[in-house]
Amino acid sequence: MSAVLAIIRRDLLLAMRRKSEVLTALFFFIIVASLFPLGIGPESALLRTIAPGVIWVSALLATMLGLARLFAPDHADGTLEQMVLSPTPLGLLVTGKIAAHWITTGLPLVLLAPVLGIQFDLDVGALGVLVVALLLGTPLLSLIGAIGAALTLGVRGGGVLVSLLVLPLYVPALIFGAGAVESHISGLGAGGHLSLLAALLALAVFFAPWATTAALRISLE
Amino acid sequence: MSNRLISWFKYASPQSFYPLAGRMIPWFWALAAVFGAVGLWISFFVAPTDFQQGEGYRIIFIHVPAAWLSMFLYLIMATWAGLGLALNTRLSGMMAQAIAPTGALMAFLSLWTGALWGKPMWGAWWVWDARLTSALILFFLYIGFIALQAAIDDARRADKAGAILVLVGVVNVPIIYFSVKWWNTLHQGSTINLAKAPSMATTMLWGMLLMALAFWMYSIAVALTRVRAIILEREAHTEWVKALDEVKT
Repeated sequence: MSAVLAIIRRDLLLAMRRKSEVLTALFFFIIVASLFPLGIGPESALLRTIAPGVIWVSALLATMLGLARLFAPDHADGTLEQMVLSPTPLGLLVTGKIAAHWITTGLPLVLLAPVLGIQFDLDVGALGVLVVALLLGTPLLSLIGAIGAALTLGVRGGGVLVSLLVLPLYVPALIFGAGAVESHISGLGAGGHLSLLAALLALAVFFAPWATTAALRISLE
Repeated sequence: MSNRLISWFKYASPQSFYPLAGRMIPWFWALAAVFGAVGLWISFFVAPTDFQQGEGYRIIFIHVPAAWLSMFLYLIMATWAGLGLALNTRLSGMMAQAIAPTGALMAFLSLWTGALWGKPMWGAWWVWDARLTSALILFFLYIGFIALQAAIDDARRADKAGAILVLVGVVNVPIIYFSVKWWNTLHQGSTINLAKAPSMATTMLWGMLLMALAFWMYSIAVALTRVRAIILEREAHTEWVKALDEVKT
């Protein structure tokens, strides 16, 4: 457990030393979400309808941007090989890295989402559901994305390839995440969607680090 | 015991599988031709005209087999991928790689013929129906697998990385299917109901089954042909490949 905390601490420290990378993904999120009203038009009724989907799709894309940073720097300077050789199980270390990735890319998105939601004229209740859905959904995105990042490690054109591999797998998260907000707005209640999102998260917490570890070992062969 | 093991795994080596595949391919082509000829004859001349849908419904004799095969081939690919990871056999990865383009073709065909069928029946080339959407995502999964395999130069690493991707995909396929289904029922009313198919005439069912068999045999024949090419490519440095007649000439 202390190894996991040490990895999280190290990755957070590295992220703090290179703030621009974290901030770039964050501003990408804001800019993409702000482009939609410009493309579609400023009618608030229409914006309210598309807001959950737009914010979620922007979150998917912003998470994708950070995936390249997850293992590539450690792979380049040899840290990753030391992690594979270390007595601590690789799965735990990978879990730590994914957690740190979520704290640097997912958590800021969750905190910023209400601001974007106000741009789209969502009411307070919907904003709350949006935050809860993102809180459950963004770790899921990091976990699934880690598998893609590990598979494309050191591969030609890895950055584009990872989006091709990971985006189809993000579909359930997008559906339930955006669906939670939509069904709250339409008065159906968000409970079902949020429960399903939490179930997916539980499944991913169990399986994703395992698959990521297997993929990393293959990449380092 | 050891003898039985050896006979089981004999064809797991590319060297002994290559001639076996060569001998099997003509048979599968012949079966595909026979099933295809009978199936097409039934679907064009024997099956009655549908009284609601007219002649246009006959596209389902291509559409349904292609859709079945696109899902089935993904499962077969995942089986080979799992075998390859568990037993570390080289042939398994080659088989998975050989099946993927055919699977992608089938997924594409089912989407394409679905659009051709949807235009006269529903008045739209594309609707965001649960089945259509999940077939589209299945197509994306195939493309992702092919792209990942193509991007990795080392063939063994490509096999293993592809295997993990396919296995992750196979876990996700049911989740994606149900999520898309619920998403669909939340969004639109029952304007189109695919599940409530009109009861089908027996000849139509026969035509569809025969066409499915023809597609199946075709897929096996093509996959085996492709796996032979992959074997030749990857084993080009070995003595037995250099000694083959088709390589020497």
